[in-house]
Amino acid sequence: MSDQNSLLETDIRGYLEAHENKSLLRFITCGSVDDGKSTLIGRMLYDSKMIFEDQLDALESDSKRVGTQGENIDFALLVDGLTAEREQGITIDVAYRFFSTDKRKFIVADTPGHVQYTRNMATGASTADLAILLIDARRGVLEQTRRHAFIASSLGIRKLVLAINKMDLQNYEQSVFDDIESDFIEFAEELATGIEIQAIPMSALEGTNITTKSDKTPWYDGPSLMEYLETVPVDDDRLNAPFRLPVQYVNRPNLDFRGFSGQIPSGSVKVGDRVKTLPSAKETTVTRILSGDQDVQEAMAGESVTVCFADEVDTSRGDLICTAESPAQVADQFQARIFWMADDKMLPGRRYLMKIGSKTVTAQVNETKYRIEMSDLQDRPARDLSLNEVGVCTLSLDQAIPFDPYNEIRETGGFILIDRLNNNTVGMGMIDFALRRAGNIHWQSVDVNKEAHSAQKNQKPAVLWFTGLSGSGKSTIANALQKRLYSIDRHTYLLDGDNVRHGLNRDLGFTDADRVENIRRVSEVSKLMVDAGLITLVSFISPFRSERRMARNMVEDGEFVEVFVNTPLNVAEERDVKGLYKRAREGKIKNFTGIDSPYEPPTEPEIEIDTTKVSADEAAEIIVDWMKERGMLG
Amino acid sequence: MGGTLKNLTHLDRLEAESMHIMREVVADAERPVMLYSVGKDSAVMLHLAMKAFYPSKPPFPLLHVDTTWKFKEMIEFRDRRATETGLELLVHSNQEGIDEGIGPFSHGSALHTDVMKTAALKQALDKYKFDIAFGGARRDEEKSRAKERICSFRTAEHRWDPKNQRPELWNLYNTRIRQGESIRVFPLSNWTELDIWQYIRREGIDIVPLYYSAKRPVVEWEGTQIMVDDDRVPEELRKTAVEKSVRFRTLGCYPLTGAVESEADTLEEIIQEMLLTKSSERQGRVIDRDQSGSMEKKKQEGYF
Ligand SMILES: Nc1nc2c(ncn2[C@@H]2O[C@H](COP(=O)(O)OP(=O)(O)OP(=O)(O)O)[C@@H](O)[C@H]2O)c(=O)[nH]1
Ligand SMILES: [Mg+2]
Repeated sequence: MSDQNSLLETDIRGYLEAHENKSLLRFITCGSVDDGKSTLIGRMLYDSKMIFEDQLDALESDSKRVGTQGENIDFALLVDGLTAEREQGITIDVAYRFFSTDKRKFIVADTPGHVQYTRNMATGASTADLAILLIDARRGVLEQTRRHAFIASSLGIRKLVLAINKMDLQNYEQSVFDDIESDFIEFAEELATGIEIQAIPMSALEGTNITTKSDKTPWYDGPSLMEYLETVPVDDDRLNAPFRLPVQYVNRPNLDFRGFSGQIPSGSVKVGDRVKTLPSAKETTVTRILSGDQDVQEAMAGESVTVCFADEVDTSRGDLICTAESPAQVADQFQARIFWMADDKMLPGRRYLMKIGSKTVTAQVNETKYRIEMSDLQDRPARDLSLNEVGVCTLSLDQAIPFDPYNEIRETGGFILIDRLNNNTVGMGMIDFALRRAGNIHWQSVDVNKEAHSAQKNQKPAVLWFTGLSGSGKSTIANALQKRLYSIDRHTYLLDGDNVRHGLNRDLGFTDADRVENIRRVSEVSKLMVDAGLITLVSFISPFRSERRMARNMVEDGEFVEVFVNTPLNVAEERDVKGLYKRAREGKIKNFTGIDSPYEPPTEPEIEIDTTKVSADEAAEIIVDWMKERGMLG
Repeated sequence: MGGTLKNLTHLDRLEAESMHIMREVVADAERPVMLYSVGKDSAVMLHLAMKAFYPSKPPFPLLHVDTTWKFKEMIEFRDRRATETGLELLVHSNQEGIDEGIGPFSHGSALHTDVMKTAALKQALDKYKFDIAFGGARRDEEKSRAKERICSFRTAEHRWDPKNQRPELWNLYNTRIRQGESIRVFPLSNWTELDIWQYIRREGIDIVPLYYSAKRPVVEWEGTQIMVDDDRVPEELRKTAVEKSVRFRTLGCYPLTGAVESEADTLEEIIQEMLLTKSSERQGRVIDRDQSGSMEKKKQEGYF
């Protein structure tokens, strides 16, 4: 700010004119753990005088309390704002910071280096024009350095600053710098083409080569970091790409006005231009362009506008307005690169919601062709994708959508995948190209497996296993629960001791062996029902722990929910709805659980219901809440 | 192509982004609302909303959580802007808090804010079942805000989980939620205080006169100069009132908003003063000045 300071004091109007018309550069800092990303940003904020005195006081006291630099200032604390981050001295989530110089305004996203938080790094990178990739001069190019370089380049970032940091700890040796630079450049040749790399030796801690060039590195003849950031051209390829406008909103205040609102991702549009809306493929002419409340003749990439047409063309949210000369493609099957961001794996056959532009459709991953190992850029065979993995996949949608390959236009080729049950953003993707329908990849060709069954029912299948004494209230609660689930459109089936014993298990009595066989058959049936995607309610006394464990082991982890209907024997006996206890006490029924046959209460049931405290309906509600909390009901 | 078109400035880009966010979120929302706090950020947010949906009106009401301790001029301004824009204005105060006579002088700033602001906001959101609430917070205000997504997810209990935020990619916003959950949306996330002032100047946006310097009666309370806006200021304090040329960098409850001595009574002078000053905007807010990490805690508890 220095040059402008006098202007600021003497001619504020002149100063403001100059500053209103600055350009904007968005960049990220990335790289491996502890390479100094947060420190660098803190240093840039500090050096560009973006830190106020009260913040500086707080920084000094924080540095002494939780800093990593002893009595000295720990600049990372300016950026690591979450309590957990300050305690652990690491970055967990992206922080956005702002500063400006005479020439430019900057929005910088500080991203975490830990592998575990790679998805947060991608969040920061997706909106950046440039990436600063930090390297600790003592450690050189690491796996995580390569991973971040790969993600940044996949997302389309074409400007990379290789910040070789902590040079103070290497006596500012030129050879250290040269070795790391050539090491990285060798790796970078395998990355996407057209990436510009500027390597700079620096010390974020000491401020070397950050704002001005330092005499500690006389052998380095490139720019300081700030000089580079202020002058690097952010050439807008997007202006030269064909005009697109994803329709976000149909603006219809009255019968005389019908406009289509959105932000233009690429190209430009003039009143009088011929346009085509997709997927309907109808052509018309632009009659009006509103930028906010002003009529304009022309609008370009980056602007949020509302356009009106000469003809009544059926256009709604999710459609894409294109220049008629060079419209986007329309397809319902793609090959795409997917970066997976959820703890639950990406599974072929499962349906996800896909949001692309302003459109949301249902998508299914047909096949993972291969996974890309980010640290060496080699392909590896894979069927599914785990957290923080990248793969090349084929996708089918439930309807055709307009799109451009991601490499051509980011906004019409990038998408997110959303889990239909818990609504989380689970993946991001970049469309490479459309697949022709004739291929053998087809919506219907996918195996109709458990995933498919449950996706169709919009629920997680499960066995809710009600155990408890005779007359404890298992069936009453299970029935209440089933009604409740039915009312919210969930698909269930209730297996009850009484109805199964009249059919499937008609041949079984009440000896210990028969009880075991009884439970084995019921477990097998409930497993089939889970495969069919159903929420299966099993209401059986099932007195023995080992049988309940057997039932649990038959289904996948998390699918078995043991519900202990806990009613003390004296209460159950007092209720004696069916008169069974009385007859057992009289010796008319043998092997009656609780009387002359043992009941082993669950030691760690998922849910325990104390029927002396809650009604059956309340119990059902408790179970529904439990299921909701775990995302089982979508 | 391109040659004839001017380059977008940083203000143009910020404006376009905010309009995009509002349209996108509203298109999928069931019951959106704009939290209108009457300050300069709210003024900008409202202006952007009017632009984003023009010629229609923004399809949501304004909600003001009135702690009953706002500056009188704020309330006048609020009502006038609602009339001028023709938008529905909902005002909510925590009646229980009023009944118990909660206020900053009698109960301290922390409790007052908890009851009259944080709890009141939750009450209002629950009462009207809003699923999307626009707020004017900016990432440059505070370290934990710098970490927050544009679409920030809240549980049914209005809690924010900073360690488990949804990824937010490109300009694609995932606003899907389950019953009872809600999303706070911050269209001004990427604006700085300076951007806000520059934009107010460029667009000629109306703001509460309290931002401009004028002679006002002030007293010293808890280390801050506050304005005597009404006679709820305790008697002995009121006796010490002096007329000074002051203005405010942020607006909230008058007893919790520090006045700065200043002669700046034009936008240009305000901006000039802001750029030359050495303390941050939030310093004037009594509530933020306890230990670091306090804002994160408050937000986890549902403070906006
Ligand atoms: N000597 C020296 N130390 C540095 C330099 N830059 C950073 N450090 C120290 O390296 C440690 C890690 O710095 P951070 O800025 O937290 O690293 P980071 O890359 O942000 O770490 P994550 O975000 O957790 O991946 C801190 O103790 C810094 O003070 C440097 O140039 N020289
Ligand atoms: Mg960091």
